[in-house]
Amino acid sequence: MNHPQLASQFNKDEARVNWHDETLWWVRTKRDRMSHSLPEWELLRETASQIKNNVLSNLSEYLTQFEKNAKANGITIHWAIDAQEHNDIVLSLLKKEGVGQMVKSKSMLTEECHLNEFLDKHGIDVVDSDLGERVVQLAKEPPSHIVLPCIHKKKEEIGELFHEHLGTPKGNADPQFLTHAARLHLREKFLSRKVALTGVNFAIAETGEFVVCTNEGNADMGAHLARIHIASMGIEKLLPQRKHLGVFLRLLARSATGQPITTYSSHFRRPQPGKEIHVILVDNGRSQQLGKEDFRSALKCIRCGACMNTCPVYRRSGGHSYHTAIAGPIGSILAPNLNMKKYADLPFASTLCGSCTHVCPVKIDIHDQLYKWRQLIVKEDHIAVSKKMTMGIMNVLLSNPVFYRASGKMGRWILKYLPFTIKNIFNPWYKQREMPAVPKESFRDWYIKNKKNS
Amino acid sequence: MSSRNNILASVKNNQPQKTALPYIINHPQAEQDNVNKFREMLTFIGGHIVEVNDYEDIIKYIRSNYNQGQRVLSALLELTSVTEVKSGYEDPHSLDNVHLAILKAHFGVAENGAVWITEDLFPSRILPFITEHLAILLNRKDIVASMHEAYIKIGGQDYSFGAFIAGPSKTSDIEQSLVLGAHGPKGMIIFLMRD
Repeated sequence: MNHPQLASQFNKDEARVNWHDETLWWVRTKRDRMSHSLPEWELLRETASQIKNNVLSNLSEYLTQFEKNAKANGITIHWAIDAQEHNDIVLSLLKKEGVGQMVKSKSMLTEECHLNEFLDKHGIDVVDSDLGERVVQLAKEPPSHIVLPCIHKKKEEIGELFHEHLGTPKGNADPQFLTHAARLHLREKFLSRKVALTGVNFAIAETGEFVVCTNEGNADMGAHLARIHIASMGIEKLLPQRKHLGVFLRLLARSATGQPITTYSSHFRRPQPGKEIHVILVDNGRSQQLGKEDFRSALKCIRCGACMNTCPVYRRSGGHSYHTAIAGPIGSILAPNLNMKKYADLPFASTLCGSCTHVCPVKIDIHDQLYKWRQLIVKEDHIAVSKKMTMGIMNVLLSNPVFYRASGKMGRWILKYLPFTIKNIFNPWYKQREMPAVPKESFRDWYIKNKKNS
Repeated sequence: MSSRNNILASVKNNQPQKTALPYIINHPQAEQDNVNKFREMLTFIGGHIVEVNDYEDIIKYIRSNYNQGQRVLSALLELTSVTEVKSGYEDPHSLDNVHLAILKAHFGVAENGAVWITEDLFPSRILPFITEHLAILLNRKDIVASMHEAYIKIGGQDYSFGAFIAGPSKTSDIEQSLVLGAHGPKGMIIFLMRD
């Protein structure tokens, strides 16, 4: 199913759509309050953008520098050219340690690689430890938002899930109570798992360290208690120097949830004695995307989710309608890099209003890229036949004044005398909309008439 | 090794012409402004400030707020009379029942209420996360205005593990209702010490 079809499913429950829309807009206003409280906000965005431009322009150098320094710190480095290789590396580390269980904190990269499904097939029990991710895992769903994974769920549904899986009393949907139940449930997992996997927010070429940001403390609970800490990162997550973290840690949480900083910004430099840290550097299409001038800047993304919270389409269609690991505007310009045909619908899931571009903390030209993808997708013939035909007809009508005028006249006549040919279920535009009242004359006719009078 | 070389070759082949790194602008503030702002931000993120003059004040605070049955740990020799002080723990899992851990921070950050700690300041890497409540000793003079200044202060410091911690652990994953105490501490106290 494509975005419009999935969105129309989400739209069946109007009250939920309204709640979803308002809640995300509320997060957006929290972000505004934070950004407006810093007079240097725009300068910060520009600085972050320039740092990331530099990273992309010198990435091969930074990658080798990071590898060298991380190794000197006692961290093991792995390279994965695609999702399959990444998943194989994780599995081999689990097998080497001789365990069939793993605790995981949030990592959008592992969603992109479909790691959980892969490990499940190989009999490994994976527990997601971020509360929102645990909720969607219990519901057997993917996250619908990169920062707020279960934002599409109502607390009653979460109460029901916890009743079924964690044995909480039926009908209890109090967030405080449910969070505490999850805390007890997951603490047992943290205490018993020997391998923990986390994502990476930033990795520093200069020092060979990497930073993981969470509010819940789940990445730290997993990583410090386990014997093996696996950290999966996309190759674009590098920063040149430690001091650059100052810029990005100021922007990340303010843009994401309107907090001044996440509760924990943990800097991993060396493993604890007797323990191991493994970093997996994943390409999975990124180095190819780097070569596309129009689309490379999407690699600057720091996964804050601000573009989703502000997007009028995302807020009303829900994250699952994007059928990709990363939803929303940024997901719609990232996914076609991996598979343009499969995700050909996503760049059209936008009004091109540009709000995403304005809130992006690293100044990615998201709405321009959405527009550029559309052109490419049409050129490569990945759109529906009906759309292509309509576009072809529009092209003839709009480029020929005689046809254009004739069709306007015809349209007015049909709307007036044969309205049922337009007001029917076969016209998608008529769904949820009234057709306009028929004007007496076209603007051109009106203009010619009135020009004579003046 | 072939994936490594393939990835690096592909990146090198596709990366655009090199661009320059920007200059990072910093806006330092007066000490009193920093203290006031820190207080305001810490309260905003769910932390709690306790003003103290010396270690004696902290000892009094612990005696009156925690009972004998609760495991209270610290990394400060000055608090030996009221807390368990050890240089290390072989098994981090044994810290699961810690009620309160008291650590010293290098410095605090006014703009967000965070404190910077490194592993050498406490006996086990898991301690600030596994403890039910966390208390941090911070000197008033050790508060910087922003994260830029924070990293100037950190400079080339050598640590195995370091973290900014800002308030108690929290989540809003259920319908955006804020709950303190997700997986880490449910509460955080800053003992703000006068010079």
